[in-house]
Amino acid sequence: MALLHLLLAQAAADPTKGLTAIGRGIVYGGAAIGPGIGIGLVVGNAITAMARQPESAGTVRTTMFLGIAFTEALALFGFVLAFIISG
Amino acid sequence: MAAQEPVAPLVEREVALDIVRRGLLVAPVVVAGAGLVRGWDGAASAAIALGIVLVNFVAAAAIMTRAAKSGPTAIGAAALGGYIVRLAVILVALVLLRHQPWIDLPTLGFAIVGTHLGLLVWEMKYVSLTLAAPGLKPARPGTSGDQ
Repeated sequence: MALLHLLLAQAAADPTKGLTAIGRGIVYGGAAIGPGIGIGLVVGNAITAMARQPESAGTVRTTMFLGIAFTEALALFGFVLAFIISG
Repeated sequence: MAAQEPVAPLVEREVALDIVRRGLLVAPVVVAGAGLVRGWDGAASAAIALGIVLVNFVAAAAIMTRAAKSGPTAIGAAALGGYIVRLAVILVALVLLRHQPWIDLPTLGFAIVGTHLGLLVWEMKYVSLTLAAPGLKPARPGTSGDQ
């Protein structure tokens, strides 16, 4: 309870800081969830393709690797934005 | 029982090394450009950003190449697990660097995103337009196509 009072007192003193931290959390959390789903889709479909046509595994893996890297760029966007908005 | 066939050639390693080679080619331009716009802090930030991006590519390729030796399921686990681990490593790097006096945070951020996307687009163009990409290289007669 004392900790809660302490946190409320600090929030009342500087609400901008707390709101900025919440905003960073939302930005980064949202930016990490999407690419996680995207990478799962890319990898899942690549595994299906490799299982159907093992002889094309090299081509599939090349495309998969680049697809993962492109998807990951979205997470980096959110990541960088979260750091920049916090100053 | 027959020995397990390798899943495919080490394409991730080849692509990552190709990206690193291109990254080293553009590094002087990126660092000089950031230095001209934002000074010494900008140049240092751009150099570190490029290093983070290249290490990220190499780490991703190393994790997936190693997993590919175990089979497609391991590739899936390594891709998603590696994504989490690499983001955590980048997070730690940024947290440690952000309050350094010689770091320009906007330059660091934009250089990370810009070089990551730029190098990927460059490599994608190369993979799409030529037959020289590792996974697309035609096999010589009498070989299985593995490298």
